[in-house]
Amino acid sequence: MPQKSIRQALNEALAQEMRRDPTVVVIGEDVAGGAATEGQRDAYGGVLGVTKGLIGEFGEARVIDTPITESAIMGAAAGAAVTGLRPVAELMFSDFFGVCFDQIFNQAAKFRYMFGGKAKTPLVIRTMIGAGRSAAAQHSQSPYHIFTSVPGLKCVVPSNAYDAKGLLIQAIRDDDPVVFCEHKLMYDLRAEVPDEPYTIPFGEANIVRDGDDVTVIALSRMVHYAGEAIDTLAKEGIECELIDPRTTSPLDEDTILESVERTGRLVVVDEATPRCSIATDIAALVADKAFAALKAPVRRVTAPHTPVPFAPVLEKLYIPSPERIAAAIRDVHGYAG
Amino acid sequence: MSAAVTTITMPKWGLTMTEGTVVGWLKQQGQRFAEGEEILEIETPKITNVVEASSAGTLRRIVAAAGATLPVGGLLAVVAADEVPEAEIDVFVAGFAVAEPSAAAESEAVGARPQNVEVAGRRLRYMELGEGSGAPVLLVHGFGADLNTWMFTQPPLGAGRRAFALDLPGHGGSAKEVGAGDAEGLTDALEGVLEALGIERVHLIGHSMGGAIATLVASRRPERVASLTLIASAGLGPEISASFIDGFVRASRRRDAAEVLGLLVDDPALVSRSMVEDVLRYKRLDGVTAALTKIAEAWFAGGRQSLDLTDRIAALTMPVQLVWGRNDRIIPAAHAEALAARLPVHILDASGHLPHMEKAGEVNRLIGQFIGG
Repeated sequence: MPQKSIRQALNEALAQEMRRDPTVVVIGEDVAGGAATEGQRDAYGGVLGVTKGLIGEFGEARVIDTPITESAIMGAAAGAAVTGLRPVAELMFSDFFGVCFDQIFNQAAKFRYMFGGKAKTPLVIRTMIGAGRSAAAQHSQSPYHIFTSVPGLKCVVPSNAYDAKGLLIQAIRDDDPVVFCEHKLMYDLRAEVPDEPYTIPFGEANIVRDGDDVTVIALSRMVHYAGEAIDTLAKEGIECELIDPRTTSPLDEDTILESVERTGRLVVVDEATPRCSIATDIAALVADKAFAALKAPVRRVTAPHTPVPFAPVLEKLYIPSPERIAAAIRDVHGYAG
Repeated sequence: MSAAVTTITMPKWGLTMTEGTVVGWLKQQGQRFAEGEEILEIETPKITNVVEASSAGTLRRIVAAAGATLPVGGLLAVVAADEVPEAEIDVFVAGFAVAEPSAAAESEAVGARPQNVEVAGRRLRYMELGEGSGAPVLLVHGFGADLNTWMFTQPPLGAGRRAFALDLPGHGGSAKEVGAGDAEGLTDALEGVLEALGIERVHLIGHSMGGAIATLVASRRPERVASLTLIASAGLGPEISASFIDGFVRASRRRDAAEVLGLLVDDPALVSRSMVEDVLRYKRLDGVTAALTKIAEAWFAGGRQSLDLTDRIAALTMPVQLVWGRNDRIIPAAHAEALAARLPVHILDASGHLPHMEKAGEVNRLIGQFIGG
């Protein structure tokens, strides 16, 4: 099976869905590579090249370049979705959600409920998350927990190219608004990806590794850091089960709880800040529904409750590292009450 | 005397296997064994399988203990005559460790890649292994499976002859368009593959639904079919597990898929999580659920097999043998027992619906003896 990067997998998902369904449109800043500018057409394909080539195949009516105005992108996309299109709108950096959050939080997320099920809003918001490029405090955050907390929104946080393609196609075919969070350091990460279109259901976690000693839950880039930590610990005789929820809303509670009921020990790894986060949410879920199974306190490995630092040295300290994850797993594994 | 020193290395079973994990040793260090005896168990991407001795010897050194994961080609154990000194074994192991990466790389390089063939405007995937001038074998999988079901069967058959394995329409890497999905259409496809690949004469081996398709090809084109091996075949009686067929078509999540796949084998613990994952990855592809639904309706409507091939089999002139697992919960072994007076029938203990995976060594021997060197 061909190896593809996350960038290629996402591009293929968009192209295949646009071929299959003429109501699928792409809208955002530079998604056509500057269609209105001499010599710039398809020059970029979005800031990271995910939409490259789409303008040539599908034209300007379906690949819509916008000015730098997130509120207009999300407003237009939400309106288009509720009136019959399936827009894939790009919010270049998730950090910018603040300027268009009414359109997402109070409009798109509420239409189906407010209209008694008569309106559907098949909107996908593709957006970049993640620290690690010294992009500073306003371009490095991972606010998927905020989208997750909104009833009416679905939230997808893929960790690899296979999942990215299947989850993006699922998101496009879904009749509800979906926020699709892409980590900015993972676009070149490769995996085996089928050429054919396929879907991965929401709310179905991926069990990345099997193990009976400690349950480790991680999302996005942290799946790979947790994997490194788990490799180290395997040499020490600690066998971890690594679970990637893939979607935070809906969340596959069953897979998490079944695993913790078996291992009795849980570490949650989350690149986001720790207050009111996915890590906290999952810790609360387990405390609530699997308390009797726990043999040790739940440990969360997260960023600190601070903005993301610009200084590379500090940013490295900010992001959970494989070493910090391994230390937390060792603590939980060695806990004897 | 190093010619007397041989190795047991991590086998490559199937397309996706790059490494395997030692489940446990069935022979102890120092123990002697005869050819064909079971030496150790290995967990593969699909199912746990047994490595059998390719010749008699003494298990002088176990290099990879239970639980160890090795790349394909990695050294599992050293086999040598009792008189070979320990020091020579030490030297051999040390020398092999250096060669290990290149051995793995080499086996990766020669590992066959599947190819596509166009039949009636439809892309069908197949894999070819081996060389030889005799009649080749062609392996035909069952409902919902693909050519990887033959991961333990195709490589040994490919020693000394050409061995083909096919993905039926709607399955594996083949196009997902199946037309009516009925026996007629799938038989046309198999016949078309023989034509397109220029296979004049062939030993057909079919599992489950693939057995029925192979039987129909043998019936239509007897001059082309040298022999027919039917493994847990469809078409020999009305009973079939409706809960398997329906459950397989419906399953979209890991838990459901694992439960349904457990029905296939005698010991559900043998089914690995990656076997479940492979099935889910297949089932997630666009068009697969529609294809499987059509096939299930055409073949197994109302939880009964609509196709009865017992008369056709009786009329066949080439050699036919039946192989079945005694504890098959999908199609009962009674279907084979009913034909035991007329045909060679081999019912294997401790096996479910996948004897070619659960009892790979025995099934390979039966096929090898049946089709001849």
